Amino acid sequence: MARVSFTNNLRRHLPCPPTEVPGDTVRAVLDGVFAANPMLRSYLLDDQGRLRKHVKVFVGGRVVSDTAGLSDSVSAGDEVFVFQALSGG
Amino acid sequence: MADRIYVASRKGLLEFSEKAAGKWDMTGTSFVGEPVSAVLPDARDGTLYAALNLGHFGIKLHRSEDGAKTWRELPAPAYAATPEGEDGDKKDGPSVSLIWTLAAGGTDQPGRLWAGTIPGGLFRSDDRGESWSLVGRLWNLPEREQWFGGGYDEPGIHSICVDPTDSKRLTVGVSCGGVWMSKDAGASWTLGGAGLRNEYMPPDMAETRVLQDVHRLAQCPAAPNVIWCQHHNGIFRTEDGGVNFTEIETAQPSAFGFAVAVHPADPNTAWFVPAVKDECRVPVDQRMVVSRTKDGGNSFEVFADGLPKNPSFDLVYRHCLDIDATGERLAMGSTTGNFWVAADGGSRWTLVSNHLPPIAQVIWAPGD
Repeated sequence: MARVSFTNNLRRHLPCPPTEVPGDTVRAVLDGVFAANPMLRSYLLDDQGRLRKHVKVFVGGRVVSDTAGLSDSVSAGDEVFVFQALSGG
Repeated sequence: MADRIYVASRKGLLEFSEKAAGKWDMTGTSFVGEPVSAVLPDARDGTLYAALNLGHFGIKLHRSEDGAKTWRELPAPAYAATPEGEDGDKKDGPSVSLIWTLAAGGTDQPGRLWAGTIPGGLFRSDDRGESWSLVGRLWNLPEREQWFGGGYDEPGIHSICVDPTDSKRLTVGVSCGGVWMSKDAGASWTLGGAGLRNEYMPPDMAETRVLQDVHRLAQCPAAPNVIWCQHHNGIFRTEDGGVNFTEIETAQPSAFGFAVAVHPADPNTAWFVPAVKDECRVPVDQRMVVSRTKDGGNSFEVFADGLPKNPSFDLVYRHCLDIDATGERLAMGSTTGNFWVAADGGSRWTLVSNHLPPIAQVIWAPGD
């Protein structure tokens, strides 16, 4: 199981408490998250299932590199953290 | 309930209500801090729809059934995932980056909504926004490959005219991609726009219909074959539903702009907000005015009463000039965050607020 947590800025828009889901890739872990929280999907991924440009995912402190395929591996016990960079004025 | 005006702004959806004749107050805010790209008060059932562009988190759609007191998020229009290439590469597949306009279907089509988006998809819902489908017959036309971005990187659909006398007839404006018409609710499409011209294009391409930069289409409800077009290159008008356009060359003080409003009962009366020209998007002489023709474009009046007397840099985007059902009152909002309401057919303007965020749309919502 991986533990997944989300930036507070996302929680402004919809509930997304920390959760534990199985999966050995980022795609599998996120699919597990979306199964329980389907509205969350479009906040993190675009229409083609790619990570949105300004959304970053860290696995065990490493930034996910395959932002289109989300094939980066996840090990049991990894911390997965989803955040984004704020901008604008 | 009093008449209301909704203002979609860079930092929220704002509601204004008429507290006394000609006196408008802000009476509600929703999505404070979030960019609102489009709003639709659906006159058929009183429902309100709001489209957001959260940037980092994508585009969103919300619906309110209690006059913007509470909202529920709906699935937003989205493209189907494209099949992966041999190497699993999906990087070229489309994704909606902006809901640019929302339109209600006909009174005989309860629940039907249309959404015009960037990068150029027209989407339809038949269940009040609970689900959406791409209008594939328009998206898959080979001519669409020639569309290109105007102010945005990608082309977009900003105007969706639903003929009130025959709701299967649609006329759609694309920047940059011309005027497209359907007589069968989107099952087939033909390219209109003969007579439009892009003066800035190479001469042999100036009148190429699929390349026209239509800024906004405004259809007269009482005479739906008359559609006014504020185009990048000037003002045009059709009397045959979009097939052929005639250029209006008498506009003062300029023919460049984004917004156009047409009188709901008089197809010869229309309003514009002129700017200098494409590479200088400020009012002519930095003096903001609204122009009106009452004779189909043969002549124009220019109104400045109530508009800034000092140098002004306001630009009024394509969805930011709207007229009420009587044809007497208009509302207008600018990129500078100024918001005005006019009575008397737009001849006198009253500043409602001059400290709003940049405005993406203003729209009247009739009272009960």
